[in-house]
Amino acid sequence: MNRYSIWSLARNALSHHERWQAAWRSPEPRREYDVVIVGGGGHGLATAYYLAREHGITNVAVLEKDYIGGGNTGRNTTIVRSNYLWDEATHLYEHSLKLWEGLAQDLNYNLMFSQRGVMNLGHSLQDMRDIARRVSANRLNGVDAEMLDARQVKSMVPIINDSPNARYPILGASLQRRAGVARHDAVAWGYARGADARGVDVIQKCEVTGIRREGGRVVGVETTRGFIKAKKVGVVVAGNASVLGAMAGLRLPIESHPLQALVSEPIKPVLHTVVMSGAVHGYISQSDKGDLVIGAGIDAYTGYGQRGSFAIIEGTLAAIVELFPIFSRVRMNRQWAGTVDVCPDACPIIGLTPVKGLYFNCGWGTGGFKATPGSGWVFAHTIAQDRPHDLNAAFSIERFFTGRLIDEHGAAAVAH
Amino acid sequence: MLLIDCPWCGPREQSEFAYGGEAHIARPVDTGALSDEAWGDYVFMRTNPRGPHLEQWVHAYGCRRWFNVRRDTVTYRITAVYKPGEAPPGYGA
Repeated sequence: MNRYSIWSLARNALSHHERWQAAWRSPEPRREYDVVIVGGGGHGLATAYYLAREHGITNVAVLEKDYIGGGNTGRNTTIVRSNYLWDEATHLYEHSLKLWEGLAQDLNYNLMFSQRGVMNLGHSLQDMRDIARRVSANRLNGVDAEMLDARQVKSMVPIINDSPNARYPILGASLQRRAGVARHDAVAWGYARGADARGVDVIQKCEVTGIRREGGRVVGVETTRGFIKAKKVGVVVAGNASVLGAMAGLRLPIESHPLQALVSEPIKPVLHTVVMSGAVHGYISQSDKGDLVIGAGIDAYTGYGQRGSFAIIEGTLAAIVELFPIFSRVRMNRQWAGTVDVCPDACPIIGLTPVKGLYFNCGWGTGGFKATPGSGWVFAHTIAQDRPHDLNAAFSIERFFTGRLIDEHGAAAVAH
Repeated sequence: MLLIDCPWCGPREQSEFAYGGEAHIARPVDTGALSDEAWGDYVFMRTNPRGPHLEQWVHAYGCRRWFNVRRDTVTYRITAVYKPGEAPPGYGA
């Protein structure tokens, strides 16, 4: 792998940037691997990367049915934060945030990670009590968090509508300064390049159509490019988790929903942090390119169509214009949806399955992007050691039988 | 936006309706003897198919009655609407 640096940039400029090495190979699938990862999104590629780097397992293939990062990795609103409520979730997301903080150097890939802060607004006394509770919980868990009053919110975000006569007046906010945004495509590409350099085969246009089992043990996967034998199979396919689960006879507590987002035309810099509001149901940031990145909510119905309802967008934009009247005449450039795998407690399922050698990592729902490095880290450990890492032990599917759910709807339902 | 054919009111737009999730999940009868696994399956596990899906809707801003719909979860096309108690189309009487 050629390292990227100011020198490689200068060297390649001399050849008009026509001789850059491909960031990863595109090999034909071999007949057999130690580990097959199903799903070439950020989580799958991160899993393969940490399998190779942390556990020395390099005979690995990542199978992607389309192109890498073309699913939810390339469809989210790129927000990274760790201000969850409960210990289990906070530890997992905070581990992820710590990995984010050194990830661009680790991968030798510019992820445009920008710790510009994430602000969650409170509009009622109850909102402010919930914010105080969450901020306190975060600080007890070593996560940076602080409370802002309305005046501090206004001084940080001068364009916000702070009128006390607003339908939902702003009383204050929580702020995590280490939170921020990253370039989502670059995360997939960086992990793919890093995994490839360590010997992992990243195979695109290879859809898994079946999971072959013998005597309660996985032996490989049927794909559109033939049968591939594997000692272990890790499935991390977001919205299609239930489909892959059915291939192995597993029932999952997951429903797949469309989740929409949209971006505006580029405008001059006016918003230098991420602003979220659970009460009016909207959140917004401004990309380095200048466009406003706006996230909507999920449609109530299940759907794999990567399309959502206009009514959802209308509601979200009404909230954004309520918060930022200055944006009322900004035009939206693009709008799209991804298929998110929503769990009843808004927390993921990461762990072993009743089928030996088969592991699932799913249920990240609306907020998986921020967890990409941590998810890959713990899933690689789970696969390599055949037991969960301390950080994901609580996220097994058994919690839906024991009742030990981790209810993070407050942290994840609106704020993705 | 879906156009949903309420079996009592006729076709109305989706914003009049609320979604009620997967249909035909019967509450277990002998709940005292039910295992944790069976409870978990009833409360949380869903088929979540990619393709035809039998699901419940309620005409929340209309007649406020529940009914069942068969809808494709990829194309979102509704291929059948039937009343509670009726068998899903294609599943016999």
